[in-house]
Amino acid sequence: MPKQNNNKFKACFPHMGNYHVAFKSIAKLLDCEIITPPPISKKTIELGCKYSPEFVCIPFKYNLGNYIEALEKGANVIVQAGGGCRFGFYGEVQKEILKSLGYKFEFFKLNNSFNPFVIAKEFQKFNRRATIPFLLRGFALAFCQALAIEKIEDYVRKNIGFEKKEGEMEKLFNSFLMELDKINNFTQIYKTYNKFKINFHKIKTKKPKKPIRVGLVGELYVVMEPFSNFEIEKKLGKKGVEIHRFTTVSNIITSFLFSRKHVKRLMSDAKPYLKYHIGGHGLESVANAHKLARQGFDGLIHVKPFGCMPEINAMTALHRISQDYQFPIVYFSFDSLTSESGVATRLEAFYDMLIMKRKKYAKNQRIHGGGHRLHFHQSRSH
Amino acid sequence: MGVDIGSISTKAVVIDQKNKILAETYLWTEGNPIAAVKKVLKEIEKQLKNKSVEIVSVGTTGSARQLIGTILSATLVKNEITAHAVGTLTYHPDVHTIFEIGGQDSKIIIIDNGVVVDYAMNTLCAAGTGAFLSAQARRLDIPVEEFGGFALKAQKPAKIAGRCTVFAESDLIHKANMGYLKQDIIAGLCNSIVNNYLNNVGKGKNIQPPIVFQGGVSKNVGVVKSFENIVGQKIHVDKIGHLMGCLGIAILARETGKEVVFNFNLNSFDFHTAGEECGGCPNNCEVVCVFQGDEFIDGWGNRCPAGIERVKHKLTQKN
Repeated sequence: MPKQNNNKFKACFPHMGNYHVAFKSIAKLLDCEIITPPPISKKTIELGCKYSPEFVCIPFKYNLGNYIEALEKGANVIVQAGGGCRFGFYGEVQKEILKSLGYKFEFFKLNNSFNPFVIAKEFQKFNRRATIPFLLRGFALAFCQALAIEKIEDYVRKNIGFEKKEGEMEKLFNSFLMELDKINNFTQIYKTYNKFKINFHKIKTKKPKKPIRVGLVGELYVVMEPFSNFEIEKKLGKKGVEIHRFTTVSNIITSFLFSRKHVKRLMSDAKPYLKYHIGGHGLESVANAHKLARQGFDGLIHVKPFGCMPEINAMTALHRISQDYQFPIVYFSFDSLTSESGVATRLEAFYDMLIMKRKKYAKNQRIHGGGHRLHFHQSRSH
Repeated sequence: MGVDIGSISTKAVVIDQKNKILAETYLWTEGNPIAAVKKVLKEIEKQLKNKSVEIVSVGTTGSARQLIGTILSATLVKNEITAHAVGTLTYHPDVHTIFEIGGQDSKIIIIDNGVVVDYAMNTLCAAGTGAFLSAQARRLDIPVEEFGGFALKAQKPAKIAGRCTVFAESDLIHKANMGYLKQDIIAGLCNSIVNNYLNNVGKGKNIQPPIVFQGGVSKNVGVVKSFENIVGQKIHVDKIGHLMGCLGIAILARETGKEVVFNFNLNSFDFHTAGEECGGCPNNCEVVCVFQGDEFIDGWGNRCPAGIERVKHKLTQKN
């Protein structure tokens, strides 16, 4: 049992996209020093691969790499969240691996169960003042930070390809993250968010009336961690594509809290391609793909770590959707490869195809008056 | 001029306004794209010697497109999927499905009314590509060129696992040791490649005739026959199927409208590449720089703009 001297503890957490700001707020609830692991780099994944079972999926390796790098920096408490697939059990394995490597640390896992008393008890091991209201405030704060990041990220995803002066948005986004990192109350988050929202809207863009719209679905870690997917969003976005993504941390949390309602809605979206939950985020992928196909999106990108069971399940349904709606879907599997050229080639071809398709429909529309819509209704009757 | 630098072979064509091929070459890359392109250029120059032709635009495609594009100062550098589609469409305007199996990758392109509507490319592994076929041909001691002919002689093709080349190989050795005829094994291998292709790359795709089959493997009559048996459609294989990629990129380069007169004396220059890890941050991007003599032309592989400057500085200091 850890002693109550809290200054001794130094907590760390794994990286995922830009969420380190929000994760930090949760780790702070342990009332100890926070050690942010260095940003994910090749070294992270090398470390992760070296000590992981070969056939485990890539998020495991990234997380393990993060932990090792943080432990080297002096951390002695690891905070990890649960997950819907086998990711939920990764913590135990990682704990054993790190212990056998000789590191001394406490492993703090946020369970999948949302029983506030259990969670509070866990926290109280580290922080005596961790009452339920205290924790609630902390979680809500982290949630708001995540939400603010997501809202801004969403705007960036949809507009980065159309900015008049390249690079402005990235610069502003970085300063947004820096500022958000420093604050710790609700009003300040709200104020910062609003300030930056206005600033982002001030950046001049040259967006066409009907830009090419592409959805991004798949396994949550690879979707949300740009390093692991070779910055697929940014690369495609910069070509002049509006990218829509639904998997976000706030989304995952709300879907946990209102799970029944959430699943029901997804089920109705996924009909008739799925009749039951297929694990992980597979149902989400299929439901969102079907929704986007019906909304007349130009295409879809599906990403997964190599060997991800739920997403492999989803792919079969996605093939059907692609056929029925003439909806192009491109699939990517990621592992510890560092060569980007394969991904770049496929992305470029995907983009070329969408452009060619657009041109064709523009022609059809002039001749028949609305070729695209017509096509879409025809396929709907399947 | 269009240049297609693949993993195994390098191809180039020169076309005129009416897509007529004025010069063409086809040779092995042998793991050295720069040397291969120099040879290709020499060959093209020879073929154009007596014609008054001026090359005004260069396009590159294939896996070494970026490197060669830089060296040739190409007007257009584009992926091979788009290039193949465009090239094929000029010869088969009504094509609906393009199968392509090359040295290290395989792809399927679905075309509807002259527009690419869907495509797929093999993912991580090279199962069922030309590289695998030639490795097995060597194992059975048959030249790759005669491989297809052997398959046609088969009466009862052996069943060979197609999921993974490692499985296929152990199956193949086992069957050979059991005393199966060589031609039956080869025919079985062709079938397994086709099944592998249709189950991986062609999965869920709407395969409709007319079908055109391209890439190095299309020269293998055994594989073509297997395709016809399994798909149940006529498969077209062009004589110039291997040139479709460079033909497409040549057309696309012409359509850019940019004109830069190309000079053959490039051959006399010395190009070399050098790779270096940036070292600016823990990510350590491997940046590759191309030099013409001692002069830096271009570099890539960096994730941030600072990387290229750092490496450029490092390398020029070394020189």
